[in-house]
Amino acid sequence: MNEHDMSTFWHWWVVILTLANIAGIYWLIRWTSKKRPGEAAEGAETGHSWDGLTEFNNPLPRWWLWMFYFTIVFALIYLVLYPGLGRFAGVLGWHSGNMLNVEDSQYHTEMQRAEDRYQPIFAAMAAQDVASLARNSDAVTTGRRLYLNYCSTCHGSDAGGARGFPNLTNGVWQWGGAPDAIKTSIAQGRQANMPGFGDSLGEEGVEQVAHYVLQMSGRADADSALAEEGQQKFNMFCSGCHGAEGGGMAMLGAPPLTENAWIYGGSLAAIKETIQQGRAGVMPAFQELLGEERVHVLSAYIYSLAPQ
Amino acid sequence: METTADTHNVKAAAQETYNYKVVRQFAIMTIVWGIVGMLVGVLIAAQLVWPALNTNLEWFTFGRLRPLHTNAVIFAFGGSALFATSYYIVQRTSQARLFGGPLVGFTFWGWQLVIVLAAITLPLGMTMGKEYAELEWPIAILVALVWVAYALVFFGTILKRKVKHIYVANWFFGAFIIVIAVLHIVNNMSMPVTLFKSYSAYPGTMDAMIQWWYGHNAVGFFLTAAFLGMMYYFVPKQAGRPIYSYRLSVVHFWALVSLYMWAGPHHLHYTALPDWVQSLGMVFSLILLAPSWGGMINGIMTLSGAWHKLRTDPILRFLIVSLSFYGLATFEGPMMSIKTVNALSHYTDWTIGHVHGGALGWVAMISIGSLYILIPSLFGKEKMYSIKAIEWHFWLSTIGTVMYIVSMWIAGVMQGLMWRAVNEDGTLTYNFVESLVQMYPYYFLRFLGGLVFFLGMFIMVWNVWKTIAGTKPVTHAVPQTAH
Repeated sequence: MNEHDMSTFWHWWVVILTLANIAGIYWLIRWTSKKRPGEAAEGAETGHSWDGLTEFNNPLPRWWLWMFYFTIVFALIYLVLYPGLGRFAGVLGWHSGNMLNVEDSQYHTEMQRAEDRYQPIFAAMAAQDVASLARNSDAVTTGRRLYLNYCSTCHGSDAGGARGFPNLTNGVWQWGGAPDAIKTSIAQGRQANMPGFGDSLGEEGVEQVAHYVLQMSGRADADSALAEEGQQKFNMFCSGCHGAEGGGMAMLGAPPLTENAWIYGGSLAAIKETIQQGRAGVMPAFQELLGEERVHVLSAYIYSLAPQ
Repeated sequence: METTADTHNVKAAAQETYNYKVVRQFAIMTIVWGIVGMLVGVLIAAQLVWPALNTNLEWFTFGRLRPLHTNAVIFAFGGSALFATSYYIVQRTSQARLFGGPLVGFTFWGWQLVIVLAAITLPLGMTMGKEYAELEWPIAILVALVWVAYALVFFGTILKRKVKHIYVANWFFGAFIIVIAVLHIVNNMSMPVTLFKSYSAYPGTMDAMIQWWYGHNAVGFFLTAAFLGMMYYFVPKQAGRPIYSYRLSVVHFWALVSLYMWAGPHHLHYTALPDWVQSLGMVFSLILLAPSWGGMINGIMTLSGAWHKLRTDPILRFLIVSLSFYGLATFEGPMMSIKTVNALSHYTDWTIGHVHGGALGWVAMISIGSLYILIPSLFGKEKMYSIKAIEWHFWLSTIGTVMYIVSMWIAGVMQGLMWRAVNEDGTLTYNFVESLVQMYPYYFLRFLGGLVFFLGMFIMVWNVWKTIAGTKPVTHAVPQTAH
């Protein structure tokens, strides 16, 4: 619905109530400014008394009256210039643009102005490929600013990640670290889905596979006897996605398990929980919000973070 | 029954007396709830400086305790102060005992029950999700019942008054009682799904508009009009002077009550609310400046001819400084309702500073000043035990309020400027966390300001205790002849 859909009844309802209230206030000021017959003299007491309290009949302070009149005049002028009186659009024809994205609305005009001003900057950057843009310090600066506003809430100000949100600086990629893969992750988002294997493996099996996973990362806390038991189960249940060597599979979002880099924590307990219950990570899509060119610049920044 | 300070004491049992019992009950609970509400306020201010204080208990987190703080200070502290003073004032200026018999006690115990239920349900996360109207439907119904009883008692007393004219304080209390009933009932229209959960009857933008029509008029009638009623009795009483201008009372009363009704949309600038509604909200907020200041002028100018009393009387100073903070907040409000200013101030801590200029500076200080007059008279004493202690309390309150609002002004303007700053490539210069990091010193200063104000309340507790300990309840006869 927009203001032009307002019915005639509601239009006049708004107009009349608004103007009647303002007119009523004006009348009230005029009426109390005048002396009425039988009234106490100005500056004298009114003659009433309550619990010992009395009142003077002083006139309204002049500066205060003028302030009152000024605000009323301001209000009336404003309501002539801007929308306010029902469907009357105001002589300036101004719209905020919150109801409909009309061509001449403030929102539309300001967005257009910003686009005209900043679009060339991003267009120039987007003309270079991601890998070379990652060596362009202006582009990296701009990319970092975009990163801090749109990405740092989850991935951290230093892009070091947080539990459930991958580290973007260590060169270990869940969905691939090539420029196009990074760009796709940002533009379209990602949905990872690791099923839980608690039922299939049983408690003992989960323990064994967890130790095997630790061993693949070269961790000293891996129990080699348990890991040996786990290897066979890993091959049966896990290698389909994570690969026989645990190298991961970017196409499925199955992270490598050989780097001692962990999205959901690398303690034995955390790894067991992952195997037991599964994980479902979601990265939202930013193409619609940021547009192709900003996604491109952001990709260059992310690409610049990892050791090449 | 007889005390030395009291010349109006009942001698003949047959004579009608004022009902001071309920006034005493509400007056004491004002102080109790003031301490509780401000304690929670200081706690959540500390949580913003040291987030670890949120602990891992969900009912102890900022999000759960913040509505507890607002409800406790507005409805428990402010509400009890208004019940106490309105019941006192309406009786004395009408020369009639409170109407309503058992209804009077019901308003006290009912209101206390509402407060206790709020204190239990809000930390548990039971909420309508509407600011200042969080209480779930069974409690909201109890509020409505208590409020209707309040209206019957108040207007019943007005009807049986022995004084021809209705005193100006009672106009304001009357408007407050009627409007709050309407606002509360309309805004709480909802569909219950369980005993502790309901959903608003209104959709989307309309719901937001009704909520802020309620919200702003809760400020306008609960926190402004009603406390002006308190002011109109205790300022001339303490100053010993007639009210400055009867005409000013008339204009500013009618202008205030009619114009406030329109101001709600300024809470929803730059949202999905239609442009025309936003414009009306803004222009009526601006016209509201003069009527708001009418009350300040009438209060402060009542002192003309008695300015010297400010030097020696800290109670009068409480009242007059509260009017100054009222003037400050009601100047700031219309300015913040201008859309261009609001574009900077909205969603920042400037709003929090604005609210506390009103809440601490105006509402709390006028209540505290009034209680220092009211309490001795309710307990048969000529004055409070220690005037020096009131002096200390005055300075702690004033300094605490100034620290609070100044820190929030700086914080708010800084946030507004940081959020809108852009680089030469059009990207935002600061991300949200960067603006938050800048807040640490101001949040700490705000915490200190709140703490200083809070400490003053303990001086009050001590002083009140010393004043009333060992006294017996006083009764005053209703004067039989009208003045």
